[in-house]
Amino acid sequence: MEELKELYQQVILDHNKNPRNFGELPTCNRHAEGHNPLCGDQIEVFILVDEDTGKIEDVRFKGAGCAISKASASIMTTLLKGKTIEEAKELFEQFHKVVTSDPSSNADIINLGKLAVFCGVREFPARVKCASLAWHTMLNALDNHTTTKVSTEQV
Amino acid sequence: MSELEEKILEIRQDFPVLNRLVYGKPLVYLDNAATTQKPKCVISAISDYYLNYNSNIHRGVHRLSQEATDEYEKSRKIIKEFINANKTNEIIFTRGTTEGINLVAHSYVRPRLKEGNEIVITHMEHHSNIVPWQIVCEETGAKLRVVPINDAGELIFEEFEKMFTDKVKFVSVVYVSNSLGTINPIEEITKKAHSQGIPVLVDAAQSIQHIKTDIRKLGCDFMVFSGHKIYGPTGIGILYGKENYLEKMNPYQGGGDMIKSVSFERTIYNDLPYKFEAGTPNIEGAIGLGKAIEYVSQIGFDFITEHESELLKYAQEKLSEIDGLKIIGNAARKASVVSFVLENVHPHDVGTMLDVDGVAVRTGHHCTEPIMRRFGVPATTRASFAFYNTKQEIDILVQSIQKVIKMFS
Ligand SMILES: Cc1ncc(COP(=O)(O)O)c(C=O)c1O
Repeated sequence: MEELKELYQQVILDHNKNPRNFGELPTCNRHAEGHNPLCGDQIEVFILVDEDTGKIEDVRFKGAGCAISKASASIMTTLLKGKTIEEAKELFEQFHKVVTSDPSSNADIINLGKLAVFCGVREFPARVKCASLAWHTMLNALDNHTTTKVSTEQV
Repeated sequence: MSELEEKILEIRQDFPVLNRLVYGKPLVYLDNAATTQKPKCVISAISDYYLNYNSNIHRGVHRLSQEATDEYEKSRKIIKEFINANKTNEIIFTRGTTEGINLVAHSYVRPRLKEGNEIVITHMEHHSNIVPWQIVCEETGAKLRVVPINDAGELIFEEFEKMFTDKVKFVSVVYVSNSLGTINPIEEITKKAHSQGIPVLVDAAQSIQHIKTDIRKLGCDFMVFSGHKIYGPTGIGILYGKENYLEKMNPYQGGGDMIKSVSFERTIYNDLPYKFEAGTPNIEGAIGLGKAIEYVSQIGFDFITEHESELLKYAQEKLSEIDGLKIIGNAARKASVVSFVLENVHPHDVGTMLDVDGVAVRTGHHCTEPIMRRFGVPATTRASFAFYNTKQEIDILVQSIQKVIKMFS
């Protein structure tokens, strides 16, 4: 089944097993919690932004969830370091496009670099929320200096 | 082929959807606790209504309306017989289990509840048998008490008994747990509650399709279930209530059909069961449900119980042999529901991978978050069997799980 291999690419499986930047970041100045009540996925994102340069100095995450949500969070952290807040938000937009675009239109997903591993998610609409949880949580952390909670479901 | 296998093959022909392919593989439908598939006779009964006698009930003098009314009321009788109720007017059509519980909570329990009173439920309730009581408690200042369960997923009956003080005004309990499969001792619970004059509601959403129901033996005062879990359509369900309780209750909703006469000064409510059926009901749903219940009766509970417990036993055996698989819910008495978790693989990933093998299971908390918390898991994968399932399908499930484990190892 090709779609399945696409979803669970080696990179995803690897990040699931050995998540990067996993754990708390006590020095963080941005923080948010994310929750997907449908499957019980829970995630916390910690970000340290250098207030002078506006760049993300460090980012870590913590939580429990499925392979897709964990790998997505892990990959996200590797992409964020060194980015400005604006760049991080742009990356979010790109990511969002990747996981929600029409699978048959491949035109706009060339040059995605590392984000390309998320293309497989498009074939599984039920899993888009899993992949997105960390990203929405990150966005929330950046937008709020204080701790906030996001949920994939309106409650 | 054995006689049993032949019979199941024959039964499977009644369910057209079981012949379809999913991702090029034969569908293995093991999500029956969420909803069951529908036999041809139910589908035909619904289309027959629309093709030949669609009309509103209880209103027209014309022929079509009479036919529709007759079929709708015939279903009520079928259901009355099926659960062995005393009277046909104790059978109320609802939208489903959820609406039935809410109806009783608001029309019976709330007006009789005072601050300091208590309602007893169990730790293994579906959210639909928790939230309506929380709402009622919040409005009245009453308290919700929860009977704990043991590690096997069984009710701790002694705790139940301890909770029956004179503060308790109502007990609402699930017959079969949708996420653990546990069968609760309803007769004993009812006896105990009645000895203290406390009425009992039974959530039969997961028992009605598996266990022969005799309402007089169970002794409960209210029982609710959904049509779609017993091979009938969605959007229809049943509230059974003892006549003397239903008589005492106020209507749940006001509108057409539930009244005898209306003036701006005074409205006289209709008799049972119509008092609780305001507005144009789900006519084709009721007719379809009647047909589904006829169909199930024809298959017979002797066969259903025997075959389903065989499937359960086989599935539990085969699943327990898998390294790193843990079954959640090991009650001595279980219906054909198996919840499990895999070491290091989240249920969501299991669900996606089984899906591409054509295997439909449910993953998540199954609307029973307190159970998930009790067992310290965020979610489970659940396979639930119907009488049309086969051991071969369980073999496919097991092979597919093995693939998952290999992929994530
Ligand atoms: C035990 C139990 N109670 C209540 C319900 C709610 O049924 P419905 O959604 O049909 O109203 C379900 C359905 O999942 C159930 O399994």
